[in-house]
Amino acid sequence: MKLYNGPQIIVGLVIFLAIFTYPLWSGAGKAAPVPKPQPVPKSVATQCVADTAYMRTSHMTLLNYWRDEVVRDGDRLYVSASGKTFNMSLSNTCFECHTSKVKFCDQCHNYLAISPFCWDCHLTPKEKK
Amino acid sequence: MIGFLFSVVAVLVLVGIALVGVGGLGLKVLFGVIIPYAAVLTFFAGLVYRVVDWGRSPVPFRIPTTCGQEKSLPWIKTNKVDNPCSGGMVLLRMAFEVLTFRSLFRNMKLDYRQGPTIRYSSEKFLWLFAMMFHWAFLVVIIRHARFFTEPIAQWLQGIEHLDGFLEFNLATFGIGLPTIQMSGLILLGGVTLLLVRRIVVPSVRYISLASDWFPLFLITFIALTGILARYVIRVDVVKIKELAMGLATFHPVVPDGISVWFYVHFFLVCVLFAYFPFSKLMHLGGVFLSPTRNLVNNSRAVLHVNPWSYPVKTHAYHEYEDDFREQMIEAGLPVEKTLEEAAAEKAPAAPAPAEADTEVTEEKED
Repeated sequence: MKLYNGPQIIVGLVIFLAIFTYPLWSGAGKAAPVPKPQPVPKSVATQCVADTAYMRTSHMTLLNYWRDEVVRDGDRLYVSASGKTFNMSLSNTCFECHTSKVKFCDQCHNYLAISPFCWDCHLTPKEKK
Repeated sequence: MIGFLFSVVAVLVLVGIALVGVGGLGLKVLFGVIIPYAAVLTFFAGLVYRVVDWGRSPVPFRIPTTCGQEKSLPWIKTNKVDNPCSGGMVLLRMAFEVLTFRSLFRNMKLDYRQGPTIRYSSEKFLWLFAMMFHWAFLVVIIRHARFFTEPIAQWLQGIEHLDGFLEFNLATFGIGLPTIQMSGLILLGGVTLLLVRRIVVPSVRYISLASDWFPLFLITFIALTGILARYVIRVDVVKIKELAMGLATFHPVVPDGISVWFYVHFFLVCVLFAYFPFSKLMHLGGVFLSPTRNLVNNSRAVLHVNPWSYPVKTHAYHEYEDDFREQMIEAGLPVEKTLEEAAAEKAPAAPAPAEADTEVTEEKED
């Protein structure tokens, strides 16, 4: 079998394969730990504003709604699906249970390189030792 | 028309297969691990096979279909990019072709706008749609590397920031969070425009086959399901990354709680990968091997010998005369060399008769 312009074709194919298999070799040998958001301590555990499945995928929609309500309409009361009333506040309500940004928020956000704009306005909460 | 209907039905059937397979029968390992591995293997093996297969075809001569003056006499201006005479200029021409679709930019169309006289006018829409589609698709594919790499490289995050810098926010309507990435919308827009072009322009519709419609519909549905999964259904991306990382590290896991629409998206992508090497989509590799673009146009400077030319056996007149000189002289036929001349030539190491021989070789090489 004769390959015409063999060097060029082989170099081209090697470059193509190297680029397209980037995910296979870039993290080779490194463990990819699954993020584990810190569980809420039993002592403060109350009911969250929504169920876990919803919060996992759509908490940003909820927080965005809270932001609009509080900042634009001055309304701070949120009635959840279960009928409980919450004070719409990231720093006070959410962080009451999920006390650590590093151990809770950042776990998944870093895993997927998401940089939410919460901290554009809010002060990054101090980590309690 | 049959090709159109066939392709629509085929893509809908594929969506149905994933919906029933994962949603109904719960075949998550099949759709999350086995099919993806098989598809990617087919993609790589098939693509390498096709390119090597092309490489086995000889390129016997330069194809001077160019749009500029070839290198000639020193006082004639050469168009170095359109008619390259060196490897570097070929690289430049290829770069324009691959990155900016230069040939497509030159697309012309016949029109009768100025009365009965035929006129060729510029037709840039195909180029525009193709640029939208291909570049957006590239960015979308690169962005998906965030699911397959951990930690995520800084440059990948940079691309994502750039892609989402408009920060659309339609959160009031339930969309806009997570950040809208332009590339996805441009991809869907581009593929839709290409599809509409194929439907609306009669001449293009006439030459369209199932192999043209199918990839368009497939990619449309991939873009649609991807956009739905991100902005509307909001699938659990953390679990999806677990699955993707499992595939990338060859330790497959199938986490529970991933929406079936993710599997539909994923299955369609697998079909695209597996279908790729057998389809017109191979222009991904083919564009680098287009002989009208990647050859140095040096036919005036270099002799290119056709590699499959058969070494033709010749028996020229002077050889014939050598064989039969005595008999010819006996029969009174005219000869170019007398017996004495021929003997004198043969004596000093018998040099080949120059003139006649050259003619023969030239014929051979042509």
